[in-house]
Amino acid sequence: MAIDFVARGQDLELKGIRKEFPGFVAVDNLDLKIPAGEFFALLGPSGCGKTTTLRMIAGLESPTQGEILLGGKDIAGMKPHERPVNTVFQNYALFPHMSVLENVAFGIRQRKVAEPLPQAEKALAMVELEHLAQRRPQQLSGGQQQRVALARALVNRPSLLLLDEPLGALDLKLRRQMQIELKAIQMEVGLTFLHVTHDQEEAMDMADTVAVMNNGNIEQLGAPEVLYERPKTAFVAKFLGQSNIFIGKVAESNSETTSIDFNGKKITGLTSRSEKHSGKIAIGVRPEKTNFHEEEPAANSGLNILGPGEITDIRFTGVSNQYQIDIPNVGEITVFAQNVGRSPVIELGAKVFVSWKVEHSFGLADLPSGVEEEL
Amino acid sequence: MAFVAFGSQAPAKDQNPTKGGRVALWLLLPGLFYLGLFFITPLISLIITSLKQPSLSGGIGRYDLGVEFGNYAYAISQYAPQIFRSFSFALLATVIALAISYPIAYFIAVRARDRPLLKGILLTLVVAPFFISFLLRTFAWKQIFSNDSFIVNVLKDVGIFGADSYIIGTNFAVVFGLVYNFIPFMTLPIYANLDRLDLRLVEAGSDLYASPATTFRKITFPLSMPGIISGTLLTFIPISGDYVVASRDFLGGPDTAMIGNVVEANFLRIQDYPTASALSVMLMATIVVLVSAYVKRSGTDDLL
Repeated sequence: MAIDFVARGQDLELKGIRKEFPGFVAVDNLDLKIPAGEFFALLGPSGCGKTTTLRMIAGLESPTQGEILLGGKDIAGMKPHERPVNTVFQNYALFPHMSVLENVAFGIRQRKVAEPLPQAEKALAMVELEHLAQRRPQQLSGGQQQRVALARALVNRPSLLLLDEPLGALDLKLRRQMQIELKAIQMEVGLTFLHVTHDQEEAMDMADTVAVMNNGNIEQLGAPEVLYERPKTAFVAKFLGQSNIFIGKVAESNSETTSIDFNGKKITGLTSRSEKHSGKIAIGVRPEKTNFHEEEPAANSGLNILGPGEITDIRFTGVSNQYQIDIPNVGEITVFAQNVGRSPVIELGAKVFVSWKVEHSFGLADLPSGVEEEL
Repeated sequence: MAFVAFGSQAPAKDQNPTKGGRVALWLLLPGLFYLGLFFITPLISLIITSLKQPSLSGGIGRYDLGVEFGNYAYAISQYAPQIFRSFSFALLATVIALAISYPIAYFIAVRARDRPLLKGILLTLVVAPFFISFLLRTFAWKQIFSNDSFIVNVLKDVGIFGADSYIIGTNFAVVFGLVYNFIPFMTLPIYANLDRLDLRLVEAGSDLYASPATTFRKITFPLSMPGIISGTLLTFIPISGDYVVASRDFLGGPDTAMIGNVVEANFLRIQDYPTASALSVMLMATIVVLVSAYVKRSGTDDLL
């Protein structure tokens, strides 16, 4: 078998991929393009089709229809062992009957590379585990097993490295450390990484581009900052961080601002930061962009003001406090305030007003699920 | 030692010897008592019998205590062909049973993993022969292979068999009967092992450029070694001592006798108890040596 192994990553392109399982559609008409050398994250809740997508790229599932192009070549019909793609599995899937070194050497042995063991040793050295080469995988800790799995995949220099929630089984501190190491290794080797995860912090922290997936479709794709600052759908607004969302009919829309009528109150956003400008739309704001005040702030066209409402819950999370504020006729609003020791109000039950700058609002293209579109 | 292969090997831990040791001893007592009564005692009795010498009174079947090692030499010189045949048949039948059972076990455990109904039906089919007595089943084969049976007649009509050919009493019939009777003992341990096979390891193998055949050879097969060892032991040991299939009452003939048949004849017909005991002791000792060497060589320590 002639496999083209290139030292650098290759472009991956999915065209109209669809995967049906008996009774449901896991992936529905998915298009995706990942440029060579990029760290790309596929983010979504469990059951959204992200793992199925990854397994189709690895060849462990075959798509019902569509094309998978790697470096411009369709690999959809190729068997998994013929694809220049390697996977770091969620549970690592290390071979228990082989030493760590033999595990790492497995792939290059299959490719009949000369001197597989020295290469495997080099790969182990990269993840700083050369001293454990003769151990069995089950004698290693979770973090060490994870690194062995990474070395076992990277030693092959695949055109594309797939990571299937590889950090899911690690504790928080170790996960942070591995995220940093993984990112550093990716920069060093320059391979294309496709990372599947349900951990939004992990995706935003490591990836150059994040695609948020839901129900077999990509909801939104972009750089982490863009996704966070400008979510386009209610799903993204809620899955990636938290959002306060207000739904109402557009009351006024000009080239500068778009406002909705929300239970008699006017909530305004920038027209340029809104996907829709007519009918019933949803406008949201991130909790950390909101402030609360004991006195009603002076009315200002650059400010959305709601209130007064009552603080019903305060949660201390370390760097910031989370306040739940119940405003009559508006509902619950979440406000994050940095824990800098000068929060104006901290007692439960206090009456406060909530405000945020108009330019921090974002208008969504759809309505949250469960809300009927009115004609 | 040899039987470690049957269980998972829990690493021996240094525990507090005083309290834990006493409790363990109490828990072990019934087992030790059982072993002493039903294993050690007959074994010692057997060894004593194997060393007896003919009674001076000269009656048939009467022997006195003695240290007659000549019984062993006599047994070997007299029954070398049967001893050799026993182990050859056992080896051959075990290998054939493995070749038949492994694909069955693999199909049930791996291919039918997501189809519980199919899996249940297939497992029932594997176990189904046990619903009928071992003797009856072997006897049924005797009828199927008997000289005027449908099968033999068809083979003769087609011309594969000559007019005076027969199956009963041949080595083929005996090995066939042994394989048939012991297939479930081979299939079930391998099935139990493969049922726990982590298919993600197989996927990892194919992801690392190993073809399906290589993945099987380098991952599935080595990981199923404990099941194969259990299965081959559960087949090889009883077959070595089997005295039903090869007997003339069933599928055997004058030239197919195995140690079991000789021991039976010496004990029950010729009443030469020392020779029969000597044969039994040698059979046991040989099995222990062979099996120990086998388990040691297959390196179960390297497996989970």
